[in-house]
Amino acid sequence: MQAVLSSGEVRRATDKSFPVADQRCNILANEWVNSRYKRLTLAAGGPALDAAPGQFFHILCTTGGDGVFLRRPMSLFRADRENGLIEFLYHVKGRGTDALAALKSGDAISVLGPLGRGFDLDPSRRRILVVARGVGLATLAPIAVWASRNGCETTAILSARTPADLMDREFAGDSGATIIPVLDSDGSSEPERVRALVRSIVDRARPDAFFTCGSNRLLLLLQDLACTYGIPGQVALEQQMGCGLGMCFCCVRSLFVDGREVHKRVCTDGPVFDLAQATSW
Amino acid sequence: MPHEHDFVPDLSVEIGAIRLQNPIMPASGTFGIELGQVIDLNSLGAFVTKSITAKLREGNPLPRLCETTNGALNSIGIPSKGIDHFLEVIVPAYRGLEPPLIASVSADTIKEFGTSCARLSVDGVAAIEANISCPNLEADGQAFAMSPETAHAAIKEMRRRTELPIWAKLTPNASDVAAVGRAVEEAGADALVVANTILGMAIDAETRRPRLGNIMGGLSGPAIKPIVVRMVYQCARAVRIPIIGCGGIMTVEDAVEYLLAGASAVQIGTATFIRPNAMPDIISGLTEYCRRQRITALRDMVGGVLVEGALVESSR
Ligand SMILES: Cc1cc2nc3c(=O)[nH]c(=O)nc-3n(C[C@H](O)[C@H](O)[C@H](O)COP(=O)(O)O)c2cc1C
Ligand code: FES
Repeated sequence: MQAVLSSGEVRRATDKSFPVADQRCNILANEWVNSRYKRLTLAAGGPALDAAPGQFFHILCTTGGDGVFLRRPMSLFRADRENGLIEFLYHVKGRGTDALAALKSGDAISVLGPLGRGFDLDPSRRRILVVARGVGLATLAPIAVWASRNGCETTAILSARTPADLMDREFAGDSGATIIPVLDSDGSSEPERVRALVRSIVDRARPDAFFTCGSNRLLLLLQDLACTYGIPGQVALEQQMGCGLGMCFCCVRSLFVDGREVHKRVCTDGPVFDLAQATSW
Repeated sequence: MPHEHDFVPDLSVEIGAIRLQNPIMPASGTFGIELGQVIDLNSLGAFVTKSITAKLREGNPLPRLCETTNGALNSIGIPSKGIDHFLEVIVPAYRGLEPPLIASVSADTIKEFGTSCARLSVDGVAAIEANISCPNLEADGQAFAMSPETAHAAIKEMRRRTELPIWAKLTPNASDVAAVGRAVEEAGADALVVANTILGMAIDAETRRPRLGNIMGGLSGPAIKPIVVRMVYQCARAVRIPIIGCGGIMTVEDAVEYLLAGASAVQIGTATFIRPNAMPDIISGLTEYCRRQRITALRDMVGGVLVEGALVESSR
């Protein structure tokens, strides 16, 4: 028996080693990193530990009784194969993440993944520019780790409301990335100032690729500059999800492909897309 | 010497001429071959595809799904890639898998239902599920299955155009679902699927906006289960053709409830979003249930709800 998966990959239907698993994970830590964001550390095994930068997990953020029904998608922040851990950085906002924030170490939650298409990371790259805002930072952090292991330099512009919201240490880890904070509180996150900043970075040492996540304004700005300079880019998009597996079509976003606007499923066709194809939302 | 509770119960059921290895199958729109990344697709009783239309369609505006108390409200619409794509890509993808493939079809007109049905009657498609109930396509959720007359006309036209078994999927929004069931049986349907989603609406108290881009949508999940179990029970007493129950099944007990109410098989929709393993778990749960209840053949309990101390006669 052969089952053809949507990825084109073929496997025997009787093969029990499935590429995606729904596993019950014990919470090892669930701590505030600032007043709005928490960091969740889970004990995990199996395919979860193979999660690649840009992939996500679909999490049942509840142990019951709080009215949370559907799962919530969350980008992988860190996978640690050696210690059997996966980590997430999340903004506590809304019913699902409120429920998640209330859970304690020792509680167990159901975690489906890894899901989606992650970043296309080309080992020949020598220098990359990452532009992140808010929780987009969690999605992009694994790129800096990948880059440090592949002899590639990362410059990261991190945009946040205030210095307290920045999470630059969480982003950088031990990746050695050069961090440039831009803030709403001092006006440095204004699009025109970020544009000038990106231009100066490109003029000084041209990056091989752009990566962005977390802000529509930054997406448009970077898309424009990528086009001007002829630098390829990738964007991780966010969308509300149902199944997370490509079956329900509730997570579609419009993308420009071959001059036409088409609907793509963020969960399966993405969440990472070619920067040039993304449309604003 | 094997223990008594180790016997292997027979979970197979018959929906007209089609024999299913077990009564568990996905509900249209909540399933795709992608689920094979998580579960063994060959364990299912059947496959039911997302509803397709003759022509390309974009589907409804976003957001398309929201959470409600114990349920979900959706207005996906039918973002269909059309019948050509279905025949060229979807049908071949299931080739080599054992469970029968049921093609769900939707249409704007009775004529289109007929022509689509004819085109879908190909090798590899075991039956056609007529989604005459999708509440999102017609204005204010009005659909063919809202009245016995239009439901009859749609199924009659499909019957004329295909030799394949036709499963008519009814809408719980009709005022007398059993009457619609009788009408489609009379028009030549081979089975009833009871039911699609219940038309609903949710509003965000802070933004004052509807939670769905389409304003209204279909409610699914545990919130609707008692309503649909009741409808299965009523339909079971009104028709002779088999009934497939669908609405809010999360656990094996939920599935058994439907069988007892008179369903020969059941479909699982929203539960798969919450637990992708829901279907295989319910199948193994049925085996345990049969052992516990000393049932050798699951189909013997269809319609077996005890009412006033008497077994309601099973007509399936
Ligand atoms: C996201 C979503 C999409 C659906 N799409 C279809 C569809 O295309 N055709 C159809 O007949 N029913 C569709 N349905 C209805 C389901 O097949 C099923 O009848 C309903 O959800 C009730 O079952 P449940 O409570 O187990 O989900 C859809 C339901 C959901 C939640
Ligand atoms: S969430 Fe279901 S298709 Fe993407």
